Amino acid sequence: MSLYEIMFAIFAAVILVFSILTITTRRILRAAVYLLFVLLSTAGVYFWLQYEFLAGVQVALYAGGIVVIIIFSILLTHHIDHKFDRAAWWNIISGSALAIVGSVTAISTILSYDFKPIAKVAIDSSVKSIGNQLVSTGHNGYVLPFEVISILLLAALIGAIVVAKKEDTNSEPISK
Amino acid sequence: MEHIPLQYFLILSTLMFFIGVAGFIIRRNLITILMSVELMLNSVNINFVAINRYLYPDQMQGHFFSLFIVAIAAAEASVAIALIINIYRRFDTIEVTEVKEMKY
Repeated sequence: MSLYEIMFAIFAAVILVFSILTITTRRILRAAVYLLFVLLSTAGVYFWLQYEFLAGVQVALYAGGIVVIIIFSILLTHHIDHKFDRAAWWNIISGSALAIVGSVTAISTILSYDFKPIAKVAIDSSVKSIGNQLVSTGHNGYVLPFEVISILLLAALIGAIVVAKKEDTNSEPISK
Repeated sequence: MEHIPLQYFLILSTLMFFIGVAGFIIRRNLITILMSVELMLNSVNINFVAINRYLYPDQMQGHFFSLFIVAIAAAEASVAIALIINIYRRFDTIEVTEVKEMKY
């Protein structure tokens, strides 16, 4: 086994083990930390595939941004050592049955399909080339999704502020 | 990189996706449901990137798709957290079984 294969095995094992722990742990703060490990080893997979910029974005945005706001909202809404009740057995059975059936179907399809790698010369995936493609309008240019994403981010920013701001005093809050 | 076949990546992301689906069904808390959604989005990203690197290394479409998915996931998470905090303010809980009324 070469070092490459060992690295991939480690990343895959960490991803799978901590994904399962994320959805099975009964302490919510631990679930967030396990999710952080999953996202970091996904960044490792991107490094392994030699997409360094994407791995950097994964660490900065996912591991640095999303996990932090998830932990932030956990601390706002739960006591710090809040422990869930055990999930209903019916939910556990139906959820895992669906997952097993779905993954067996998908994996058998994947294994029966013959993926033919196309031997072409790899494109330069440096940050300069990514930046040029991101704002180019020609062939292999992604300026339209880039602009749409910026509108979406602006809308999400405004929407989050509007949703989370305190309501005006004359509207009555609903009673539980 | 040739030693690991593409199928390993696809199997890894399939398992991760369905772990997310199971979490989505099993969990009863809005924040953990959001975490399951993040797991699913992340597994799709692995798919895009691996297929891009193995089958079409002369383009970067999968790479850019993943980049945009990460941006959309960030936007989605921020709006979802805003909604969750608002729900908590109104109902004092974020268990989905106890939040029944949508009326203002």
